[in-house]
Amino acid sequence: MAEPVLLAQGLFKRFGGLVATDNLSLDVWPGELHALIGPNGAGKTTLIGLLTGEIRPDTGRILFLGQDVSRLSVAARARRGLVRSFQIVQLLDDDTAEANVALAVQTHAGHSFRFWRRAGSDPALLDPARALLRQVGLGQARWDTRVGDLSHGERKVLELAMALAASPRLLLLDEPMAGLGTAESLAMTETLRALKGRIPMLVIEHDMEAVFSLADRITVLVYGRAIASGSAAAIRADPAVQEAYLAEETG
Amino acid sequence: MLERVVLVVLLLGAILLPFGAEAVGLPATTGIATQIVCLAIAAASLNLLIGHGGLVSFGHAAYFGLGAYVVGILWEHFRLGEPLLGFIPGSNQLLVTLPLAMLVAGLAAAAIGALSLRTSGVQFIMITLAFAQMVFFLFVGLQQYGGDDGLVVRRRNLVPGLDLRDAMQMYWLCLGLLVAWLLVLARIVGSRFGRVLEGVRQNERRMAAIGVSTYAYKLVAFILSGVGCGLAGALMANYLRFVSPEMMSWQRSGELMVMVILGGVGTALGPVLGAAGLVGLEYTLGGLTEHWQFFLGPILLAVVLYARGGLMGLLGYGRRHG
Repeated sequence: MAEPVLLAQGLFKRFGGLVATDNLSLDVWPGELHALIGPNGAGKTTLIGLLTGEIRPDTGRILFLGQDVSRLSVAARARRGLVRSFQIVQLLDDDTAEANVALAVQTHAGHSFRFWRRAGSDPALLDPARALLRQVGLGQARWDTRVGDLSHGERKVLELAMALAASPRLLLLDEPMAGLGTAESLAMTETLRALKGRIPMLVIEHDMEAVFSLADRITVLVYGRAIASGSAAAIRADPAVQEAYLAEETG
Repeated sequence: MLERVVLVVLLLGAILLPFGAEAVGLPATTGIATQIVCLAIAAASLNLLIGHGGLVSFGHAAYFGLGAYVVGILWEHFRLGEPLLGFIPGSNQLLVTLPLAMLVAGLAAAAIGALSLRTSGVQFIMITLAFAQMVFFLFVGLQQYGGDDGLVVRRRNLVPGLDLRDAMQMYWLCLGLLVAWLLVLARIVGSRFGRVLEGVRQNERRMAAIGVSTYAYKLVAFILSGVGCGLAGALMANYLRFVSPEMMSWQRSGELMVMVILGGVGTALGPVLGAAGLVGLEYTLGGLTEHWQFFLGPILLAVVLYARGGLMGLLGYGRRHG
């Protein structure tokens, strides 16, 4: 029998008096797009922190590809293929879009203790970087633009390209649609749909339309607890979810 | 292309400077230029750390001073004819003292960097300063090597084929090493290693997210910049024929930082301009008034406030984008 790509068991995290993650278990299976939704303050960001290693859980453990990664650093987890994107984009603003992605490609092409050859004109880095920029749909005219001068939508797209360049075996996407316009949101949905099936994904998202159209499975997080998990239809029908979340959303 | 032409003209000007100095009857200029060149090597090394790694070290005079003391101490043992620690013979050969100065400075940078880099931000600035002060007081206490008063190196080191007692040859040697070091640094900055360092400066969180454990890269950068400062200090000791703990005082560390900022952080030639600018200001203002530092302050302030890219920024050569 196949095993899940990611298996989090009994995660518990308390910040002072606030329980941010309350005995949470979660799994992502090969080829699956698993969406995580929940009202503000449900503990989604904390969960991403726990999974990537930026935050250490009080109890619980995280298995990635069958191995316990609970004690590994952020970088060590990323090297194994547990790669995230950021809700608030984290890019090298002084560099061009192309140089950003090329650097991410570089970090997965062996160590970087290479002091002499020019990295900026190395086709071994630039070719994969350009392919990724095409894949996420950043117009070629913008590749040479300083990232700090790109629009928010372009930066979100680049954020995804950075994650893809890091050879992910699981993508943790933290609100990939946040702040995007309608057209940009649709384009991002299509980009993710094209990736779906090839790379398993755990997506945190507020855009319900995107979530319901993309996700194989949806887990609803409220007060750090998973109150429901199932298909889009099952989640829509779940009375507990409606009470806790959808009701609030629809006003 | 134009940049190449400018660089060649600048280099030719630098090479021919001693002749010009003689021609206009200011031969002492060659000596000042030698000091600028030595300090430029140190500032360029520090720039690798500050400008490209975003790591603000406030203690790099320590490695400069260590490089200088290697020359001084080896000279002292050469003069006395007794080996250091009983087994390391003294030396007055530049081909021995220079590599050894770089090695010692590099080892010190490795030890201090390994500890300092466990912190970041203001803590990092303070801990690098603290370590440099420890080295400073260590040498103040070393009575065997003159303590506070320092050591006189009566003769400059010997190099086959050169006579360093000649001011011009001393200058050209330093200039040649500066150019070589700048070329090496430019290659490093453009290499894969340099890209990672640049990533550390701009967004360390991003680097971790794409799987880079940044500590080792930062440490290697710290060591490289220490090695460069050791080289600079060893040359300066030869030029001055004198070493003292004052060379590793925190004021000297601050001056190196000022050179980097004045010239243009993160640019290839900025530290050279910064060194020339600061030393030039010291001499010109110092010639005008005893209270030259009173006027230096506002000038530095103006550069920092109104020319964000330092002198290089004023000239239209700001930080390059990758």
